[in-house]
Amino acid sequence: MGTIIKCLHLIAAAIFAFSTAPDIARRTMAITRASGATTRTSEAWPGVPEDGTVSGTVRVTGPQTVATRIDMAADPACLKMHPAPVMSDEVVTGPNGALKNAIVYISEGIGNHSFDPPTIPAVFEQKACTYNPRILGMRARQTLRLINSDPTTHNIHPVPQNNREWNLSQPPGSSPIEESFAREEIIPVKCNVHPWMKGYIAVFKHPYFAITNKDGMFELKNVPRGEYTIEAWHEKYGVLTQKVTLETNQAKTLEFVFKR
Amino acid sequence: MKHSRMRAHLAGILALLLAGGGPATFAQETHIGGLTGEASRGKQLYRRYCVGCHGPLGDGRGENAVWIDPKPRNFVTGTFKCRSTPTGALPTDEDLYMSVTRGFVNSNMPSWLPLTEQQRVDLVAYVKTFSSSFREEKPAAPVPVPSESAANQQSIQRGSELFQKMNCWACHGKEGRGDGPSAQTLVDNRGYPIPPYDFSGGTRFKCGESNQDLYRILMTGLDGTPMPSYASGLTPAQAWDLVHYLRTLQINAKHKRPTADSEQKHRSESKPVGEELEGRANRF
Repeated sequence: MGTIIKCLHLIAAAIFAFSTAPDIARRTMAITRASGATTRTSEAWPGVPEDGTVSGTVRVTGPQTVATRIDMAADPACLKMHPAPVMSDEVVTGPNGALKNAIVYISEGIGNHSFDPPTIPAVFEQKACTYNPRILGMRARQTLRLINSDPTTHNIHPVPQNNREWNLSQPPGSSPIEESFAREEIIPVKCNVHPWMKGYIAVFKHPYFAITNKDGMFELKNVPRGEYTIEAWHEKYGVLTQKVTLETNQAKTLEFVFKR
Repeated sequence: MKHSRMRAHLAGILALLLAGGGPATFAQETHIGGLTGEASRGKQLYRRYCVGCHGPLGDGRGENAVWIDPKPRNFVTGTFKCRSTPTGALPTDEDLYMSVTRGFVNSNMPSWLPLTEQQRVDLVAYVKTFSSSFREEKPAAPVPVPSESAANQQSIQRGSELFQKMNCWACHGKEGRGDGPSAQTLVDNRGYPIPPYDFSGGTRFKCGESNQDLYRILMTGLDGTPMPSYASGLTPAQAWDLVHYLRTLQINAKHKRPTADSEQKHRSESKPVGEELEGRANRF
């Protein structure tokens, strides 16, 4: 009896080891959910309609951050593309302190539900010696397509804590590079050649994340009922956390305010 | 498709059971040439020789670490500078073995040639246990190093143009003195300042000294540092042109450069102590 149990343990351990092998983990499946339907039933939460919404705004109060000027003189090719002075877009605010480029996402409440990544790639472009977008949201195991639209060579250097680090040079006119990240995390991205270039790639294992627009607004759609922790992250101001309980078909509004 | 994969899994599991080993031993065996590494023996050596800098957890936080610059490698993340594999991939056993054997110039990491080959292989086996990546990821295939093209004036000229086009000068400087406009801004993956290589000094590179080593550095990058991989930007012929040009920047290199053959010979002849070390002192 004991040996049988031992055997089963071994098999379970072996299955676990294989299921975490990256080639298996990287396989992608087409999303089979019907689009356009008003009430959808989640594959991740079988039988639970996912029609809730969490929306709102992210703001910052206190003295306004003065944007610093970026000096691109180090690379004449970059300098040439900007006749006017370039200002840092680390902090972009609108009326009432509306904060652009904050990431709002569910940080707890998803449990062990798993989601297949989208089959379309997330695109991160190097344009005029800046990143477009500066903040990219994507899913774990989704394809990341890197494009260099500039007449100069860049290197894309993500510095993750929880994923594998890589660093690739991309000269002008070269074909797009495709990569991916296996695990959830917000990863700073640098171009070592052009030290002013800074961006972030936020990797999530679920689809419930949004990046605020110029009015500081965000919307998380198709959220099943449940209790969630929602976080708002900004590269300069850090993280704010709120709890929210969502009933079926409920829409909730949240406001995050970073105080300086 | 799914079924065949499943069958492959079952076959794998069966093989494991027959071999009598758990999944951990599956990916972590260490082989260099005819030698097999034994992590338990490596642990004893690690505790004696490595723990002071790299720490008992292999996270680079040994008690000497605060006094050291550059900082000791953190083995837990599985990120290594000197690899024969593409950027983002784990190093091969041979890569780790060569790092232990060579040591790292301009750092506190010495060459461990005084240890026997078997001891160094055992150390590699133990170092691999610190990172779960070695259990979870399949080893990547090494980047191929095709045979070297002729190092003539045309090749050097093309290399010089690539040095400009690929923005090598941004960090390494117009003359390769490590004084490019971005040089002062560079940090490693832990935020510590890191200077770009100064070719004019003529010291050997971090990851070897032959033309083949230089080719490999260009194509694999030095992970954890600002030096990227040029595998998606350079053709093999272009990479050789760049190698030939970079050699012309080493204006103060005094010693005769070994060829790939002599390095291979050197490797296979490496002995524990004595003449070998003296020989190295002259060469480096």
